[in-house]
Amino acid sequence: MEHYISLFVRAVFVENMALSFFLGMCTFIAISKQVKTAFSLGVAVTVVLALSVPLNNIVFKQFLAPGALAWAGFPDTDLSFLGFIAYIGVIAGLVQVLEMFLDKYVPSLYNALGIFLPLITVNCAIFGAVAFMVERDYTLAESAVFGVGSGIGWTMAITVMAAVSEKLKYADIPVALRGLGSRFIMVGLMSLGFLSFSGVSL
Amino acid sequence: MASAKEMKSLVFGPVFANNPIALQVLGICSALAVTTKLDKALVMGVALTLVTAFSSMFISMIRNHIPSSVRIIVQMTIIASLVIVVDQVLKAYAYNVAKELSVFVGLIITNCIVMGRAEAYAMKSPPLMSFLDGIGNGLGYTVLLVLVAVLRETLGSGTLLGYPLMPLVSAGGWYIPNGLMLMPPSAFFIIGGLIWALRTWRPEQQEKH
Repeated sequence: MEHYISLFVRAVFVENMALSFFLGMCTFIAISKQVKTAFSLGVAVTVVLALSVPLNNIVFKQFLAPGALAWAGFPDTDLSFLGFIAYIGVIAGLVQVLEMFLDKYVPSLYNALGIFLPLITVNCAIFGAVAFMVERDYTLAESAVFGVGSGIGWTMAITVMAAVSEKLKYADIPVALRGLGSRFIMVGLMSLGFLSFSGVSL
Repeated sequence: MASAKEMKSLVFGPVFANNPIALQVLGICSALAVTTKLDKALVMGVALTLVTAFSSMFISMIRNHIPSSVRIIVQMTIIASLVIVVDQVLKAYAYNVAKELSVFVGLIITNCIVMGRAEAYAMKSPPLMSFLDGIGNGLGYTVLLVLVAVLRETLGSGTLLGYPLMPLVSAGGWYIPNGLMLMPPSAFFIIGGLIWALRTWRPEQQEKH
């Protein structure tokens, strides 16, 4: 249990997807102008991460890893080179299914998250988390914890960033630094703040 | 057939005038994590340029046969296949760099520059022009990446491409390395500063509220 808690805390704070691996920055910088939208997007990303990381873990362990196809009578096959294409396919498929499911059964949630879902397929945070899961060789349970943790960490980062952005509207920034430039400096400061978590270990 | 001048502007336009990272905020994701050392940034830049150029070319070749409802999936498949090729080549011939780049080569698939060029340019242009457009945008990305990496490696470890540039105190020299430069925040600060500089130089790119 302790192991999972420590993994969770690491994924949320120490190895924050957005602030220490620069993942999901495209949406991070383009969308985080309003706290409400930012939070909805964060929730959508968390949901997709929580599902796609364990799902890809199963795909990798059962089909792609060296020797994984032994159950089908191919003990020497190593399909791990097909990884990227399989993961992105799983993510795209999952997002599509999730969209249809929400539309049919939870329309209120669909209305809140609907516009973000197609964007999420190409969100680097999702693919990045899946790639980290494979590289670090997580088990199924670990990958579920890691997926949820990195989603929450990302949501936190993007929401805080949107809140700072909202306040920054009233600041008198040099014209050339307005918009994009100031956002980067702001994210840099937030990232600096998150560095203080790097000593935390449970 | 387009004129030589048009081709030149396709390749060099995105490097300064219309730099994809500084202007369109594309491809930032993988751009920064690989800039702690210059060699990593160079390999990443070359890999991305090749993937963008060839994916644009292949997508442009079959653009008239792709049904528009499934075009994103078709583009993704082409890009992912090319990235797999790049990844395998790197693992075979430059294993150490490939290991340091870890997941970031794979992240080229979700890099917005590649998808963006495929969608915005390659879907409506002939193959050669799309190829050049891909090279140009890849170069724009590489230039920015290399700039950040040069700053971070020189100030952070006193070396460039692994060769000592400023002798470190720990090795009997005078330079005390700036540890912050090797940490994530510095990349954000440098990019922010670069955008500031670029927009002071070219005021038409400023954002006015």
